[in-house]
Amino acid sequence: MRKAAEWATTAAFALAVYLLLVLWTGPIGLWSSSELIAGVVLSVLAGLLGGRLLWERGGWRMLQPHRWVLFFFYLIGPFFLAMARANLDVAWRIITGRIRPGIVRFNPGLRTDLGRTVLANSITLTPGTLTVDVDDDTGDFYVHWINVKDKEPRPEDVCGSFPTWARRIAE
Amino acid sequence: MNVLIYIFLAIGAVFNGLGAVALIRFPDVYTRIHGATKCTTFGSIFSILAVVIYGFARGGGEGGTLAVHALLALVFLLLTNPTGSHALARGAHQAGIKPFQAVVDRLEDKR
Repeated sequence: MRKAAEWATTAAFALAVYLLLVLWTGPIGLWSSSELIAGVVLSVLAGLLGGRLLWERGGWRMLQPHRWVLFFFYLIGPFFLAMARANLDVAWRIITGRIRPGIVRFNPGLRTDLGRTVLANSITLTPGTLTVDVDDDTGDFYVHWINVKDKEPRPEDVCGSFPTWARRIAE
Repeated sequence: MNVLIYIFLAIGAVFNGLGAVALIRFPDVYTRIHGATKCTTFGSIFSILAVVIYGFARGGGEGGTLAVHALLALVFLLLTNPTGSHALARGAHQAGIKPFQAVVDRLEDKR
């Protein structure tokens, strides 16, 4: 039962996104029949392939709309600022060649797959830090850091306020 | 409007250029991933923003389509870039490539 619900929800999401993308293909501003058929086939495939992975641990939380609003504000606010600052930092390191690379470990204490994905992708998209591996059981993050300031860092040392935001968005 | 487009294009070109320089200057695969994918992201964001502004300034159906397509390209770039660089780094580490001159390597300690 639950599996069927997971597949159906994923397929419905994929279909909605597809229909929004191909709007205005038909004669009176709606969808042409070939696009509708292709959309149904593609979203059923997406549901079968992605349904189980997407909702496994805490994925249902993303159906609450306020989390998407928070995510959007996070993207254009604190995340973009941190990325701009880190970009200038890495640009300076490229010119001067002053690097102290290493792979550090820290535990941000996130439990859901979604929170970990948000945090890992934020870390990787920020220059100077790169998520190499995440331990599925303990939630340890292994991050390649271009300027190791501390061999046993706290999460805030590596990625600032990102863990707080990941918790706010996904947990 | 034109000035804004030129400024964005200049920032994008500078960061893309720095990404290329990083490929030559940095010593190993991990640091090169930093340089090549990250600076290129920032550079591409600004280049694409310039295209979006140009599209909206031009107006009409053609300009709007151009702007929306460029924005979609930006979204997919932001989605695929971290995934790709993470896969590269993890694959490299599992293949046994050690980080060059690493101060610390906790992932190696774990195995």
